[in-house]
Amino acid sequence: MFSSAFWMLVTGDPGLYRIIGLSLYVSLTATLIAAAIGLPLGALLALKEFPGRNVVTIIINAMMGMPPVVVGLMVFLLLSRSGPLGSLGLLFTPRAMIIAQAILIIPIIAALARQTIADIWVQYRDELAAMNIGTAGSIATLLWDGRFSLLTALLAGFGRACAEVGAVIIVGGNIDGFTRMMTTAIALETSKGDLPLAIGLGGVLILIVIAINALAWTIGRTGERLAGAA
Amino acid sequence: MFKFRHSIAMGFIAFALLTGQNALAQEKSIVVASTTSTQDSGLFGHLLPLFKAKTGIDVRVISQGTGQALDTGRRGDADVVFVHARSQEEKFVADGFGVKRFPVMYNDFILIGPKNDPAKVNGSKDIAAALVKIKNAGALFISRGDKSGTHAAELNLWKIAGIDIAKDKGPWYRDIGQGMGAALNTASASNAYVLADRGTWLSFKNRGDLMISVEGDKRLFNQYGVILVSPAKHPHVKKDLAQSFIDWLISPEGQKAIDDFKVGGEQLFFPNAYTPGA
Repeated sequence: MFSSAFWMLVTGDPGLYRIIGLSLYVSLTATLIAAAIGLPLGALLALKEFPGRNVVTIIINAMMGMPPVVVGLMVFLLLSRSGPLGSLGLLFTPRAMIIAQAILIIPIIAALARQTIADIWVQYRDELAAMNIGTAGSIATLLWDGRFSLLTALLAGFGRACAEVGAVIIVGGNIDGFTRMMTTAIALETSKGDLPLAIGLGGVLILIVIAINALAWTIGRTGERLAGAA
Repeated sequence: MFKFRHSIAMGFIAFALLTGQNALAQEKSIVVASTTSTQDSGLFGHLLPLFKAKTGIDVRVISQGTGQALDTGRRGDADVVFVHARSQEEKFVADGFGVKRFPVMYNDFILIGPKNDPAKVNGSKDIAAALVKIKNAGALFISRGDKSGTHAAELNLWKIAGIDIAKDKGPWYRDIGQGMGAALNTASASNAYVLADRGTWLSFKNRGDLMISVEGDKRLFNQYGVILVSPAKHPHVKKDLAQSFIDWLISPEGQKAIDDFKVGGEQLFFPNAYTPGA
């Protein structure tokens, strides 16, 4: 009974695989969107001096700990038919979950990227100033040169996205076969009192997250070695 | 290079949004806001494949407490509400958020309690007397506290028992603000009494030392109704698809499907769409 979730994994239970697939699709997409916004934002904060920079940095650092349920509620109110973006009809769809997770992890990726870039910036400052390529050019160069270190920021964001339940259950609705993910399925099985299945699903979730981290780590290390060799 | 990377990211976002849009446009689907009892008991898992095979319509169920489900309908975030709190349902229709309420089926509430029975109520058929004993004994009682249909029924039963629970509650009365399953889990962990719908209880697996304490009182009757969200209030409501789901639920075929649904050989819901005044 305890191993029922793993048994479903081994026997290829289509329901379980759909749930895993949706979890990965939503969290990976959210991570990519958050990276497209968070990485340049973090780099900008690291190297551009402007009034209020410290305030923005503090706010972004603080928002790393934002409760998912608050983000979920904000996105819910925005996307609800009675809300400002209601006409898009996005509530209770996978896209609503992607939006919520992206918002949740942008501060994480931005804050970690800011720290990483700030460290590299110290080494590159004079060189980049001499190249005279402007802020955008400097940001692009720093992001590219720091790409292997920045992978950690992306993984932290992805891990948070994968693990959270508070936001996606509000904006996705945990609809069977449509917006049910690993974490919301675990919450549902817990509420049904099927604790062995719930803990089994939790184990499967942890395995998947470990596998993705291992993959990203391997890619990062290999890339780093090749880049170093070149 | 910055611009190039930027455009890749934008392209990806656009792609994600567009592909999602297409997937939505292609299928016939409606959103039903319903209660945890209909979902957790497995009733929808039994009904929806039958309905889909007949009509091709995907029914997406969001399971919430009755109060929250009606609120989802009020906001226009569902096409149909399928809940169990008659006075709230009638208010929903009267306020113009719903078109018409149709009775669908009933089951009953039961009082669940620990086997050692600190309030000495096990086996009783009088729910009001049992609640008085629980209060007098100061035995632990878990309340849903989430404005669900079961919570509304519980508050009404305290009133019937002559107890003003808002005033008379003590540390023995624990308001957890969660769903039926969570309330049963809490009761199971703390050996407390809790009011539950029979369907969720029968399919609940983490019973611990809990058992049925009180059942069979006619005041424990639990009627379910279904309502189309008003297309006049919310023009995007998929009126035709949603109405065909309601029509099917109350058709002889839908009623028979409800009648046929059993868990462990026990019938969970009793169709009564044709009972006058239900």
